[in-house]
Amino acid sequence: MTGGADEGVYFITGKDFTNAGAASSSLKKLLEDRGVPADIVRRFSIAAFEAEMNAIIYAVAGMMRYSITRDMVKVTLQDMGPGIPDISLAMTEGYSTAPDYIREMGFGSGMGLPNIKKNVDHMTITSVVGEGTTLEFDIALSPSP
Amino acid sequence: MKLKDIIDTLELQVMTPGLNLDTEVTGGYASDLLSDVIGHAKEGFVWITFQVHLNIIAVASLKGLAAIILVNSRALDEATLKRAIAEGIPIITSPLPAFEVVGRLYTLGLRCP
Ligand SMILES: Nc1ncnc2c1ncn2[C@@H]1O[C@H](COP(=O)(O)OP(=O)(O)OP(=O)(O)O)[C@@H](O)[C@H]1O
Ligand SMILES: [Mg+2]
Repeated sequence: MTGGADEGVYFITGKDFTNAGAASSSLKKLLEDRGVPADIVRRFSIAAFEAEMNAIIYAVAGMMRYSITRDMVKVTLQDMGPGIPDISLAMTEGYSTAPDYIREMGFGSGMGLPNIKKNVDHMTITSVVGEGTTLEFDIALSPSP
Repeated sequence: MKLKDIIDTLELQVMTPGLNLDTEVTGGYASDLLSDVIGHAKEGFVWITFQVHLNIIAVASLKGLAAIILVNSRALDEATLKRAIAEGIPIITSPLPAFEVVGRLYTLGLRCP
C-alpha cells in the first residue's frame, strides 16, 4: 500500500442521473490504485454509492469530500436539500419517501442508509430541515488487530 | 457453474459482445430495487431483473456480480450497453418473465446462499 494523505472533493448535482455514481466509482479506483484490499474497497464503494445517490435523488446539490490516509478513508457528503426531519426513522430498513419516478429507476427500497451503516466503521448524520444534510463515514484501511 | 453454460442451456441472448463469459457463477438474486440488490446479492451472483436504468451497471460493478439477466426481452439503451461493456458486466436477456427465468436457474442448481 502506498502512503501519503490524499484528499479532494467531488461536486454532485441533484437529479443528474446520467452521471450517477461517478464520484463513487472514481473513489473506488483511487482506493484500488493504493492497493487497498478488495473487501474493504467493496464495503467503501457500497457506502459511497448509496450516499451519492441519496444526494442526487433528494438534494439540489452536494459536495463529497474525501480524505484517504494509510489507515483510513473518510467521506463527508454535505448537501443542500430538504434535510431529514427524523433521522432514526430514515435509518429504518424499508422507510422511504422516494417519489414514483425515482422508484421507477430502481431506488426507494429504503435500504440505502442501512446499507451504509452495515458497511462502514463509523457513520454520523446531521441534518437541518430546509437546509440540508451532512453524512460522514469512515472505514479503516488496515486490517484490525 | 460457468456463466457460458447457463447462457447455452437457457438459450439466453448476450447483449454485450466481447466480454468474458467464463466466470464462475456463485448464486442468483432477483430484484428490481437497487439497494436491495446492494444489500443482499453476493460476489459472483447473476442478477435477474426487469430494471434497465443506467444505475444497474454501477450496482453490478460495485458488488462484483457475474452478469445481469434482463427478463421479458427488456432492451437497454446504447449508453447503458456501452457502460456495461466498459465496466465488464455481461448483459444477458431472456424473452421469458422473471418467474420462469428464476425457476430454470433454480432447476440448474443455482441458489441464493
Ligand atoms: N440526503 C438526503 N436528503 C434528504 N432526505 C434524505 C437524504 N438521504 C436520505 N433521506 C431520507 O431518508 C429516507 C431513507 O433513505 P435510504 O437511502 O435509506 O432509502 P431510499 O433512498 O428511500 O431508498 P434506497 O436507498 O433503498 O433506494 C429517504 O427516503 C429520504 O426520505
Ligand atoms: Mg437511498
